Amino acid sequence: MTAVDDAPLSAAGNPIGFGSMKRVEDQRFVRGQGNYVDDVNLPGMLHSAILRSPYAHARITSIDTSAAEALPGVRAVITGKTLEGIARPSLLGDNFAWMPTLSYDTQAVLATDKVRFQGQEVAYVIADSRYIAKDALELIVVDYDPLEPVMDAKRALDPDAPIIRDDKGFTDNRVVDVHGQTSWESGNAESTAAAFARAEADPDCVVVTQEILYPRVHPAPMETCGSVAYLDKVTGQLTLYTTSQAPHAHRTVYAMVAGLPEQKIRVISPDIGGGFGNKVPVYPGYVLSIIGTIVTGKPVKWMEDRSENLMSTGFARDYHMTAKVAATKEGKILAVDVDVLADHGAFNGVAQPTNFPAGFFNIFSGSYDYPDAHCKVDPVYTNKAPGGVAYACSFRITEAAYVIERLVDCLAQELQMDPAELRLKNLLRPEQFPYMSPTGWEYDSGEYEKTMRVAMEIAGYDELRREQAEKRARGEYMGIGISFFTEGVGAGPRRTMDILGLGMADGIELRIHPTGKGVLRLSVQSQGQGHETTFAQIVSHELGIPPEDIEVVHGDTDQTPFGLGTYGSRSTPVSGAAASVVARKIRDKARLIAAAALECSPDDLEWELGRWYVKGDKERGKTIQEIALLSHGSLELPEGVEGHLDATAVYNPPNLTYPYGCYICVVDVDPGTGQVKIRRFIAVDDCGTRINPMIVEGQVHGGLADGVGMALMELIAFDTDGNNLGGSFMDYLLPTAIECPDWELGETVTPSPHHPIGAKGVGESATVGSPAAVVNAVIDAISPFGVRHADMPLTPANVWRAIQGRNVRTDMAVE
Amino acid sequence: MQTPAPVDYVRATSVENAISLLEQHGEDARLLAGGHSLLPMMKLRLARPEILVDLQGLSELRGIKVDGGDLVIGAMTTHAEILDSPILSEHYAIFREAEKVIADPVVRNKGTMGGSMCQADPSEDLSAVGAALKGTVVIQGSGGKRTVEIRNFHEGPYETKVKDGEILTEVRFPIRPGAGSAYEKVERRVGDWPVCSAGAYVVVSGGTVTDCGIGLTAVGASHFCAPDAEAYLIGKPPTEANLAEAARLAAESCDPTSDQRGPADYKKHLAQELTLRALRRAAAASQGA
Repeated sequence: MTAVDDAPLSAAGNPIGFGSMKRVEDQRFVRGQGNYVDDVNLPGMLHSAILRSPYAHARITSIDTSAAEALPGVRAVITGKTLEGIARPSLLGDNFAWMPTLSYDTQAVLATDKVRFQGQEVAYVIADSRYIAKDALELIVVDYDPLEPVMDAKRALDPDAPIIRDDKGFTDNRVVDVHGQTSWESGNAESTAAAFARAEADPDCVVVTQEILYPRVHPAPMETCGSVAYLDKVTGQLTLYTTSQAPHAHRTVYAMVAGLPEQKIRVISPDIGGGFGNKVPVYPGYVLSIIGTIVTGKPVKWMEDRSENLMSTGFARDYHMTAKVAATKEGKILAVDVDVLADHGAFNGVAQPTNFPAGFFNIFSGSYDYPDAHCKVDPVYTNKAPGGVAYACSFRITEAAYVIERLVDCLAQELQMDPAELRLKNLLRPEQFPYMSPTGWEYDSGEYEKTMRVAMEIAGYDELRREQAEKRARGEYMGIGISFFTEGVGAGPRRTMDILGLGMADGIELRIHPTGKGVLRLSVQSQGQGHETTFAQIVSHELGIPPEDIEVVHGDTDQTPFGLGTYGSRSTPVSGAAASVVARKIRDKARLIAAAALECSPDDLEWELGRWYVKGDKERGKTIQEIALLSHGSLELPEGVEGHLDATAVYNPPNLTYPYGCYICVVDVDPGTGQVKIRRFIAVDDCGTRINPMIVEGQVHGGLADGVGMALMELIAFDTDGNNLGGSFMDYLLPTAIECPDWELGETVTPSPHHPIGAKGVGESATVGSPAAVVNAVIDAISPFGVRHADMPLTPANVWRAIQGRNVRTDMAVE
Repeated sequence: MQTPAPVDYVRATSVENAISLLEQHGEDARLLAGGHSLLPMMKLRLARPEILVDLQGLSELRGIKVDGGDLVIGAMTTHAEILDSPILSEHYAIFREAEKVIADPVVRNKGTMGGSMCQADPSEDLSAVGAALKGTVVIQGSGGKRTVEIRNFHEGPYETKVKDGEILTEVRFPIRPGAGSAYEKVERRVGDWPVCSAGAYVVVSGGTVTDCGIGLTAVGASHFCAPDAEAYLIGKPPTEANLAEAARLAAESCDPTSDQRGPADYKKHLAQELTLRALRRAAAASQGA
C-alpha cells in the first residue's frame, strides 16, 4: 500500500518530486561497492586494538606493558598514565585521560584510577597489523583489585552501595545533570496527585498501578564503530574517517577534546552500516585513534569487533518504571503518573538536548485526552556501559510510548473493557489540534481515530476477537495487541534545544550548475535512510529538476555546511525542511532572472513544476534549466541580483513534528512451551507527506523488526558479578525474517502544518510503536492464566514463567 | 573483526595422512571439519591450536549410504546433505526434522556430522538424534578402526572417546522397519542453540511398543538419552497415559542448569513436554497415521 504516485516521470523514469523510486545509493550497496570506514586504507596506515576490563568495578593497581612493547610490530602501547602525561590545551581539562560526554559528564578515555564497567578501555596498542595489535593485548599485565559491582539500579541508591564516581567526589550514585539536578520532573505534580486522590475516593473510579521495565537493549548496527585518523604534521590538518551519525557535532567535540583548531579538523563519515543511535556518542576508541596518529605520525585505524560494540558502546533504555493511571469505570482516563529509576551506566553519556535530561520521555501522556500527568525520573550510575539514548528511540519516546500503551492495556483488563474501545474513548480529537499536552508538548496535527479505524479495518478487528473467543473455548491461546503512539521528532527549535551548547538547526547549500543540474550539500548523515534519494526528491519537488540530476553530498565536514546530524528522526523534519527552503530560494531567484530574460515584471510570472511563465501566455516562459544557464551567462541581471543560481539556508524548526500511528499485532502462544508466534502485524503510520513511500515503508519494516526483537528476544543482562550476558550475537539475539510476519502496512496522511512540505519524521516510528503491540498481544493471549503484565523480552522461558504466575526480573541473570 | 592467534594450516590428503599429521603434532593440532564452532572459538581466543588439519578435501569421508542393515553417514557429510537426504528421510523423519532446526543454511552448508559429534557441545542436536537412534561411531587411528556406541561416546561436555591421533570417520544407525521418529526443539530464535530438544523413535507392533529410543539435548541428560523412560514404554500400548509417564521419567533423568536460555525448572518442564510431543508423533508415524 503506497500513496498514489501522481508526479510526472523524468526521462529516467523517476518521479519529478514525490513518489516511490529506487534508492540511488543501492546501486553501490548491492554491488558490494560501498565504502565503509574499514574500507579506508591510507598509505603507511597502522592498526590498533583496545585492552578492555574483565571486571565491572575494580581498582587498577598496576599495568605492565613491557612484554607487549617488546613484541615485533608493536609501535606504541598507551595507558591512562600515558594520557595523563599529554598536556591538553583545551577548556575541558588539562590532559587526555578523560573526555567530555554529550551530557556534560566526563568519561575515561583510558582508565587511570579504576574500571567502572566490564569492557571499559584500559590500554591501547598501535601495531603494524590488527593481528599483532590483538596479540599484544594478551601480553599486557594488569593487576586489578576487584570492588563490589553495582549491577542493579535499585541497589545503586542503597546507603551502603559502593560509590562508582568517586573520581568526581560524589558521595552517592545519583547522576547530577548540568543544572545540578539529581531528579527530573515534568507535568503538574500537585494537580496529578489531587486527581489520584479524588479517584481513590470515588467508587466510580479505578486506579491501576503497574511496575514496567524497559530492559537494556543495544542498537547492534551491522557495522561496528571505528575510525581512521591521520594528523598531517606539516599542515596540522587532522582527517578523521569515522562511523558518525553527526560529523559536524563530532568535529566540534574533537576540537574541544583535542584542543585542535576546528578549521584544521576534517571529519568524514563515509558509508555507514547502520546507526540507530549507536553512532551518536564520541567513543574513547575514536579519541584513541587520534592520539595514535599524534603519537606515531602515521594514519591509525581502530575498528572494534562485535563483542566490543555490544559491551562498551551506547546501549538503550534500562528504565525501571512504576506507572499508575486513574480512570472512571466507564473508561475515561483522568490522570497518569510515572516514576522512573533510570540506569545510566558508569558515565552519563546520554546524547540528548541539554534541557531534556530524560530525553523526551515526558511525552508519555501519549495520544489521549486527559488533563493531569506527572513524571519523575531518578537517574543513577551503575557499573554498566554508558550510553542511554540509542536504538531508534526518538530520545526515549520509545520508553514513553511503551509505558503508556502497556498501562492502557492494564487498565482495560482491570475494567474488563476491549482495549480498542478504551483507546477510542480517550484518543485526542481532530479539533483539539494544535494540542498542548499536560507535560508541555504542542502536538502539531492529528486525526487519531481515523488512523485507528483504518488499522482495525485492515486487521478485521471484530472478526479477530470472534476467532479468539472460539479458540479460547478450545484451549488455544491467541492474542491481539494494539498500540497507538505519538512521537515528537525533529529536534529542534534552537531556543530550547541544543547538544553541548550547539543549537539543533541545520544548514544546507544548493548549487544549480549552468546545465541545470545541481548539487545539494547536507549536514545530516545517512546510515541507511536513503538521503541521497529523498533529498534529491525534495529539490525535484520544489524546482521540477529530475531527481537524477541532483547530486546529494553528505558526510564530510569540509564539503557540507554545519548541522547536528541524523538521529531522533530529525533529518526530514529539520534538514528536509532546509532542503525545501533552500530550493525555494533558488526558485525565487530564478523568477527574477526569468523576468529579466522575458523582459517582464517578476509579478507577471507564474510557476508550474520546473518553469516560470508569463501569466496568461503559457507559451512564454523559461525552464529552470534555461534559467540556470542564463544565470551563468551574459544576460544583464536586475540590480541586486548576483549571478549564478546558488543558495544556502539554515533551518530552525518552529516546533517538532508529531508523527503517530496505530499498530495491531496478532500472536499465537503455545502454553506448553511458552513460544510466541507472530501471525500478523498491521501498521498504519501517519507521518504526514511521504516523500518516497517505498523508503518510508522500508523504514517501517525495519522498525517493526526492531520492535519484534525487543519484545521477544533482545536483552543486555548482567550477572551479579558484573558480567555482560549479551556480549555476542550468540547471546544478544536479533530477529530474523523467520520471526517476522508479512507486514501489513497502511497509512493516513495528516501533513505537519509548520513543515514546508508537511512531512514528519518516520525513521523511528515503528521501533517506538511496535514493542507495546507485541507485548500487549502476548499478554492478551495468556490473560486467561491471570496474567496482567510480564516484562520484555518475552522469551519462551519468560512467557512460561508468567503463565506460572511468577514475576521475574528479566534484566538479571536467569536463576 | 575478531582475530585469532597465529595458527598453521595443512590440508590432509587422505585419512592416513590426517592421522599421521595428528600424531606428529599431538595435542597442538585440531581437525577442521567445517569449523563453525572451532573458528569462532579461535577468534574469541578461547581455542588456540597451533595447527589446523583440514579434512575438507577427503571425499572418502563424505556421503550417505545403506550398508547391510545400517545407514552410514560419513564424518564430513554436511548438515545440508543430511537435511536433503532421501535415504535418511525414508527411514527416519528425525534427521530431517532435526536438521531443519539446526543453526541456519550458512552453517548447515559447512558444518558436518563428524564435526558436530566431536565438538560434543552439551546442546548439540545431532547428539540427541544419535543417542535416540542408538547409533555407533567408527573411530580410526594408526592402529586401525574401532567402534563406539554413541550412548558411550561422550566423556563429558566437549569431551569424547576420540583420542589424540584419532579421527571419527563415520556414524552408523541401524535401520528399524516400521519405526516412526520425530524431533522437537524449543529455541529462543531460529538458529539459536536449543533451550531443550527431544527426539524419539518408536516401533509399535501388534498394538504395543516393541522398541523405542529417546534422545535429549541441552538439559543435562546423561549420554543424551533416557533409558528408564524407554524401558518403561517397551511392551506397553502407546496410550497417552503411557507416553506421558515415559516423558515424565525422561524429564526426571535430566539435570539441566539455568542460563540465559531459561531456568532449570523450565528446561525440565520442556524435557517432559517435548519428549511427550516427540513420542506421540513417533508412535503415530509407526502406526501409519
